[in-house]
Amino acid sequence: MSRSAASSPYLSLTDADQEAMLEAIGVSSIEDLFREIPEGVRFRGELELEPALPEAELVAHLEELAARNVHTGQELSFLGAGIYDHYVPAIVDAILARGEFLTAYTPYQPEMSQGVLQAIFEYQTVICELTGMDVSNASGYDGTTVAADACFVAKHATGRSKVVLCETLNPQVRQVVKTYAPGFGLEVVEVPHHDGTTDPDELRQAADEAACIIFQQPNFFGCLEPAPELAAAANDAEALPVAHVDPVSLGLLEAPGHYGCALAIGEGQGAGNYQSCGGPHYGFIAMRSDYVRRMPGRIVGETTDLAGERGYVLTLQTREQHIRREKATSNITTNQTLLALAGLVHLSWLGPQGLQEVGETCMALADHAKQQLGLPLLFPDKATFKEFSIRVGRPAEEAIRAARERGVHPGYALKRDYAGMEDALLVCVTEKKTPRDIERLAEVLTEVTG
Amino acid sequence: MAADESYPDDLKYHREHDWARIDGDTATLGVTWYAQDALGELVHFEPPAEGASVAKDESYGEVESVKAVSDLISPLSGEVTEVNQAVVDEPEKVNEDPYGDGWLVKIRLSEPGEVDGLLDASAYKQLLEEV
Amino acid sequence: MKLIFEKSKQGRRAAVVPKPDLPVPDVPEELRRRQLPRLPELAEPEIVRHFTALADRTFGVDTGFYPLGSCTMKHNPRVNERVVALPGFRDLHPLQEEDGSQGALELMWRLQEILAEVCGLHAVSLQPAAGSQGELTGLMLMRAYFADRGEAEQRTTVITADTAHGTNPASVTMAGYQLRKVETDDRGNLDLDDLRAKVDENTAGLMLTNPSTLGLFDEHIQEVAAIFHDAGALLYYDGANLNAVCGISRPGDMGFDIVHINLHKTFSQPHGGGGPGGGPIAVRDMLEPFLPVPAVVRDGERFRLDYDRPKSIGKVRGYCGPFGVFVRSYAFIRAYGPALRRMSEVAVLNANYMLARLKDTFELPFDRLCMHEFVLSARALKREHGITALDVAKRLMDYRFHPPTIYFPLIVPEALMIEPTETEAKETLDAFCEAMLEIAHDAATNPKLLKDAPHHRPVRRLDEVKAAKRAVVRYRFDDHPDLAGEPSQGEALEAHKGA
Repeated sequence: MSRSAASSPYLSLTDADQEAMLEAIGVSSIEDLFREIPEGVRFRGELELEPALPEAELVAHLEELAARNVHTGQELSFLGAGIYDHYVPAIVDAILARGEFLTAYTPYQPEMSQGVLQAIFEYQTVICELTGMDVSNASGYDGTTVAADACFVAKHATGRSKVVLCETLNPQVRQVVKTYAPGFGLEVVEVPHHDGTTDPDELRQAADEAACIIFQQPNFFGCLEPAPELAAAANDAEALPVAHVDPVSLGLLEAPGHYGCALAIGEGQGAGNYQSCGGPHYGFIAMRSDYVRRMPGRIVGETTDLAGERGYVLTLQTREQHIRREKATSNITTNQTLLALAGLVHLSWLGPQGLQEVGETCMALADHAKQQLGLPLLFPDKATFKEFSIRVGRPAEEAIRAARERGVHPGYALKRDYAGMEDALLVCVTEKKTPRDIERLAEVLTEVTG
Repeated sequence: MAADESYPDDLKYHREHDWARIDGDTATLGVTWYAQDALGELVHFEPPAEGASVAKDESYGEVESVKAVSDLISPLSGEVTEVNQAVVDEPEKVNEDPYGDGWLVKIRLSEPGEVDGLLDASAYKQLLEEV
Repeated sequence: MKLIFEKSKQGRRAAVVPKPDLPVPDVPEELRRRQLPRLPELAEPEIVRHFTALADRTFGVDTGFYPLGSCTMKHNPRVNERVVALPGFRDLHPLQEEDGSQGALELMWRLQEILAEVCGLHAVSLQPAAGSQGELTGLMLMRAYFADRGEAEQRTTVITADTAHGTNPASVTMAGYQLRKVETDDRGNLDLDDLRAKVDENTAGLMLTNPSTLGLFDEHIQEVAAIFHDAGALLYYDGANLNAVCGISRPGDMGFDIVHINLHKTFSQPHGGGGPGGGPIAVRDMLEPFLPVPAVVRDGERFRLDYDRPKSIGKVRGYCGPFGVFVRSYAFIRAYGPALRRMSEVAVLNANYMLARLKDTFELPFDRLCMHEFVLSARALKREHGITALDVAKRLMDYRFHPPTIYFPLIVPEALMIEPTETEAKETLDAFCEAMLEIAHDAATNPKLLKDAPHHRPVRRLDEVKAAKRAVVRYRFDDHPDLAGEPSQGEALEAHKGA
């Protein structure tokens, strides 16, 4: 072989190493290492990939691609709809850059991984505190797949196969549940909204013979659902109430575990993670201890070592695929630990008061925006948190386009998911916005709707 | 803490390492010393509901150790009349006393003739030697 | 070490939250939180120290050699972390209009093209969040494909190998299929006779890892593919071991119809202590219409997300996939270019070198050349000295190596599954092999040293029975139990067989 051994900055092999190693193995060449692969399936060409880029050129190439995106630092954006521009503190970046966290894997060998195990234990505690639940796993993929997981838990807990989704649940979440449903043997029923929220009586009827109902608080339109009544309606029908919640709201809004929910799930992005074009983030799933044996994914538990010192291990593992195989509660292996760690760090930085204050600031700014915009609210009678829906009096995409030409992204066009909402815009206001930003949004919306 | 190896002569055995103690038209079921030893210390017993019917050679529940889970295979067919709640609460009783306090369920037999197809202690021990 | 909650003190805080001079509306009484969540209360210096201490108690690839078989623990280039943090990627909203996300869409489109080339297949979806979700997605594609052909009722079983990762059977069940298992022959290949007996008109497909979890390339892969295709069934390739074959043998050329790729293994997304991952799937052309939405398509010079796919199985996760993972993997591949083949060659060279150094001391169940990983058995050490694979693993920690995967695959007793990856220098491989040889020697002369290992980690062996029985899975503040005050439940805890 004439090829030089060192053909990548990521390889340590020298020509002399290669020679010595081939000799130790007892083969004559690299090619000889692959002699057990049948010739008919050997790839004899060269992969049609673009030439290797040295690091500086690689960075320049990626910078060029990144520059063709319009990010929320360039455009005054009021986009939310499930992914939020909350402030991520610098310590999150610093701690996630620690190579030990970044480059470890699932803590199969607890003596090597006490740090990450303890971090997951603390994360599980924070999720339980936020949601009022007994047990949390180490994280799920995102806020959509944990909803499918919750349906699977409910199906096995109740022996029923119907799941009820409120129409005010994020459409992304509903779509994913529907994708999973055939394999899980689930029938999906959706309950329409009335003036932006779910009617408890209608939900009670739909919940008959259902495994679970899933509602979102605050819901996709930004409205506050009558969550305790929805949970009660589900409980009346002996269907498990599942709340899909925004962690950032849980300093102000009651925890689902405190008003009768069986499970609490959600998208964790807003706690600790950048928008990152939608991922990777983390989903959380927490439940009452009654269902712990149906929990998908990893769980960390406390124990002691042989000397009596406190330590942490992966526990209740017989639920999982590597032991229970075809009877496992889920196939999940790799989860979202690093992003969940970001959530833990962010929530530790906020503390209970800080979380409450972020909620209050979001709510105050959003309420201010409602008043300043001078446009009709889609659901004027409903209380909201950090998002609200307005009517712009013309097709929403046109208003968005015109506003973006003025450097403002005014929000999400609800007609993308809801028929008949041609002129409806979902506006999100986080604590990063200022009254001046809202003034600018009002000016621009006046111009483009006027 | 764990019991010594034994296979009492008064029991009938199933090749999936389960035992039955026959008493008229009822049977008490459990797992053998070999099974509990292979699994290690049990941490969970998932019992059937009382009144549930069980079928010979089919699973009626599960036991788990830290790193293994095993189906409980019923040696006989019938209806569950009693679940050993003490084992639900303290699964390690199976390790401590697999043929006594560690029994799992009692069933009322629906096919008493099935008893004749089970192994006696010597045949079961023979089977273990082949494993 | 204390939990962060035990370091908290009421009134301490790090964050200063902006408070505009605006009234805060009342939360409706029945929805208002009564008691604040007990989040940690610390100032920033103590938070930083807490997590730094946790990092110190964690071992990553950055710390040292991490030959965890089947997990491909390779170096994570730091340039990837730099580019993923570019504001144009990091602060991009996934619902941004397409004219404001052309760079992101082009990157995704380019990655799709690259992965299709590496797999030798036609079309790629980047959507699945991890390998296991890729598996499930692939099985959903099978279901949709057969439903489209009117064969959904007929094709109800999926076949896996007895060496398969646990995710394979779990995914089969989640997708609503019945599982059938095929045995391994005495060369470590799929047993063709057993396979022929189990493939019939009810078979939807095969799920196979090739090279297998034994690190062996299936020598009859063409016959295997023919058996399934002749029966009208599909072949699914579990890409867990793709690191062995990039540019050397492509799954599509082997006859596979669906492939998932673990971006966190082969293409260097950092493992993050357990995630995130990325599990794109590549498929043959007849399966493309069923791929999840959205797909990234190119129209001339423009890129867009395509949701208009009537036969699609739907969405498998939110928005447009784990985008940050795509950025890192794309950067990783672009740093190699066509020399990606060299990556796999060195991974296979490293594994075979270690195998050659260790196979006279540890039992080798299948005496063949391996691919990127190999499986040894500590059975002889157990029989002769009572030393198990677990003891070997724990003792390796004292040499500052992460242990290999143990007790997997299930068909090898006392299995030690070693995957060095291309990352490691010969000196590291030698040091690890010497540690293994020394441990084998100590097993005979000083077994207690091994039984009591590790000796130099922050904790000794942990009581997993107590953990499972007590199930203390969160901090309970004033009601937190004192587990140290409770007697040990089990002794040295060994992973039991029989699963």
